Amino acid sequence: MSQKTLDALKAKFGDAITATESQHGDEVAYVRRDKLTEVATWLRDDRAMAFDMPVFVTCIDLLDWRPIKAPGQPSSTRPEWDPTGAGATPRFEVCWQLRSLAHRHRLRLKVAVAESDLKVPSLTPLWQAFGWQERETFDMYGIEFQGHHDLRRIYLYDEFIGHPLRKDYPKEKRQPLVRRSDLLGDH
Amino acid sequence: MLELVTTKLEDVANWGRKFSLFSYPFVTACCGMEFMSVAAPKYDIARFGAEFPRFSPRQSDLLMIVGTITEKQGPALKRIYDQMTEPKWVIAFGVCASTGGFYQNYHAMPGADQVIPVDVYIPGCPPRPEQVLDALILLQDRVARKDGHSQLRLKREKIVLQQARAIEDD
Ligand code: SF4
Repeated sequence: MSQKTLDALKAKFGDAITATESQHGDEVAYVRRDKLTEVATWLRDDRAMAFDMPVFVTCIDLLDWRPIKAPGQPSSTRPEWDPTGAGATPRFEVCWQLRSLAHRHRLRLKVAVAESDLKVPSLTPLWQAFGWQERETFDMYGIEFQGHHDLRRIYLYDEFIGHPLRKDYPKEKRQPLVRRSDLLGDH
Repeated sequence: MLELVTTKLEDVANWGRKFSLFSYPFVTACCGMEFMSVAAPKYDIARFGAEFPRFSPRQSDLLMIVGTITEKQGPALKRIYDQMTEPKWVIAFGVCASTGGFYQNYHAMPGADQVIPVDVYIPGCPPRPEQVLDALILLQDRVARKDGHSQLRLKREKIVLQQARAIEDD
């Protein structure tokens, strides 16, 4: 069922879809960043697609990513993960999970993002319910969703520096707002 | 002579306080379930005179920190403590409130005592209701002994004030 979705996407958008994969019944399409809004609008509005339910947005940090070694395979033959054909593993993958309640199929859109350029188009104008989750992804990974109406931190406080779910954020680094004055030693 | 009367008066007051703790439950996480259990008839915290949860810090003198405290909540916790009536006591309910528990990361505060002084810590994730009652009894002893954090602080402040007066009088 959903393989049809991928095929239709590839037929319609050609090389705007840089890669596709299917795993355990989940279909994933890697979309070029500048084509994302166009692809998503079509997915929402086309009668045969009708993705009417936004499920989640999140981000994957691929810092130091290494493919899992298949049994019996020497590690040197492992390919670089390169869904966009850019020649290197991207630092981040932002993904939007969509579902069609009408047709009962699902699709995940992914956009590869480099650390030096964290901008991606926001899909909140298309599906309102992505609003808070895009804010969360911004909060935790620092992805800038362009076109989001209210891109602020949602869980953390404004004083927080950095983005804690990035793999290079020190695991135990706290950024306290208050401490007892006698602990700070200014008593 | 006057000294003796005031000390005795304070003892009586503390005896009253220890059996009429008005608690403010600052419930943030899963330990809240166990708090409900302690407050409900089976374990019945009312037997120890602490049955009234006041949902206003201004009417309470026992702060029960029940659950994980995040760094973001720190200012709110401090403010609530500051608003409570003197003298006041604090119980950290569960390992999260005592030490941060198993959270060792960017968001969880390593114990509520980073922000306010805590009188009694209850270990457990979550603690058994019996442990909570035990902690309450420990706290009652502390109230009667007059060595809760806020009692000691009030005493220190009083001494400082007396010394300042004595210097003025000279
Ligand atoms: S101590 Fe355990 S039960 Fe209590 S708030 Fe923490 S994780 Fe939850």
